[in-house]
Amino acid sequence: MPTLNHLVSSVGIVTRRAARAVRDTATWRPLLLGQMQRLGVESVPIGLFIAVFTGIVLALLASYIFTGSVPRYFVGALVGKTIMMELGPVLTGMALAGRVGANIAAEIGTMKVTEQVDALETLAYNPDSYLVVPRVFAATVMFPVVTAFAVIVGVGAGWITATALLDLSNFEFAKGLKFFYHFKDLWFGLLKSASFGFAVALLGAHRGLSTTGGAEGVGRETTRAVVLGCEAILVLDAFWALVLL
Amino acid sequence: MIRFLDVHKQFGERVVLNGFSLDVPDGKTTVLIGASGSGKSVTLKHVVGLLRPDSGSVEVDGRAVETLDTDALAALRREIGFVFQSAALFDSLTIEENIRLGLLRQQLDPDEINARVTRSLGIVGLADVLDRHPAELSGGMRKRVGIARAIALQPRYILWDEPTTGLDPVTSATMDLLMRRTRDELGVTSLIVTHDMRSAFTVGDRIAMLHEGRVRAQGSVAEIQASPDQLVQQFINGRPE
Repeated sequence: MPTLNHLVSSVGIVTRRAARAVRDTATWRPLLLGQMQRLGVESVPIGLFIAVFTGIVLALLASYIFTGSVPRYFVGALVGKTIMMELGPVLTGMALAGRVGANIAAEIGTMKVTEQVDALETLAYNPDSYLVVPRVFAATVMFPVVTAFAVIVGVGAGWITATALLDLSNFEFAKGLKFFYHFKDLWFGLLKSASFGFAVALLGAHRGLSTTGGAEGVGRETTRAVVLGCEAILVLDAFWALVLL
Repeated sequence: MIRFLDVHKQFGERVVLNGFSLDVPDGKTTVLIGASGSGKSVTLKHVVGLLRPDSGSVEVDGRAVETLDTDALAALRREIGFVFQSAALFDSLTIEENIRLGLLRQQLDPDEINARVTRSLGIVGLADVLDRHPAELSGGMRKRVGIARAIALQPRYILWDEPTTGLDPVTSATMDLLMRRTRDELGVTSLIVTHDMRSAFTVGDRIAMLHEGRVRAQGSVAEIQASPDQLVQQFINGRPE
């Protein structure tokens, strides 16, 4: 098990190498759309699944909390704000840390232990340009896209729940949603999710390229990639809250 | 010419190469034999810069591989084909794409790339597997595709890592034939690592034995077969201690 110092240092090295590999556009650009499809578009269903239930629970929770003197339209405000700024990006990020982080680590890890990464190098390819950069770019771009869909669906699910089960009118829910809305709510969430995508993909690639020891090694590093991805999301979440709020 | 000059390499406490020196002359096939785990594959990886020596040097046509920058190393790698023990084909690509991938690096026109893909697969007798994926091929077929990928690059050198290990006798003999054809018809200089003595004696112009990190014996096939060294005789005749 690598120490924290070793981990930070090796992630730093991979980041520097990937930054240098960005110049090799001829290698990574043709691979970018395929990765956006695999890591982003194919992740939309899991993002939406989580968003639907988050929206429902938030609406029910808000109605439970806001009793007595608190106006009922606050339900719309709580659902909107919470999903846009926190639960949308973070829960979607966590789900994608599992799906995308594991996918990247397992694929690159398997390539490492079967000498495919060595083969790439002997064919005069830089593995960072071919494997790391397109995945990191794709995840950085597509995490916010999946999150945006999740926010829309999550708020929609909360809205439907509020009007169908809580005896709240459309007007009241929309009033609450608009009353406290700031444009920053939206870009704050999307910016966070872009940083989550960057971290999850980079950590997945890093663990994949660090894989040794056959199938057991691939399993170990895939698990580590998911755990590290989730931890990175929580740390970045706190970081952006401190810096931008 | 490939030259290993007093190469030392160790992984942790384990010394793998300990003053390894060997010349691989142009136009010839040199076979490096030695026990499993003796460092034969490590030796090959030094030639293409996948590993760097702790001390000593590996030269290809006078260029010290360990001193080359990224661009120079990429240029060197375009002159060298590497046939991996496990074939190391890219799972997610078709056979055609596997072979095409290396050619795309050489900035050839599309017609030339297509011609080379077809020709190299024809040489290894697998012209009909273009659209298949590696998982759909047998181990022997995958190794032959690995050879096609290497020769499609029209390299000056080919490094072969255990090319006949795990193959049935007929496929193994086919591999031997392919290795000889690359020398006789394509003029390629080869360095082969193997512990398959039948194959080594069939394809080798020169044979060197790696033992305890350095060359224990080297010479022509006849010289090695007549070697007075008991360890060499034990190894080439497969006698237990």
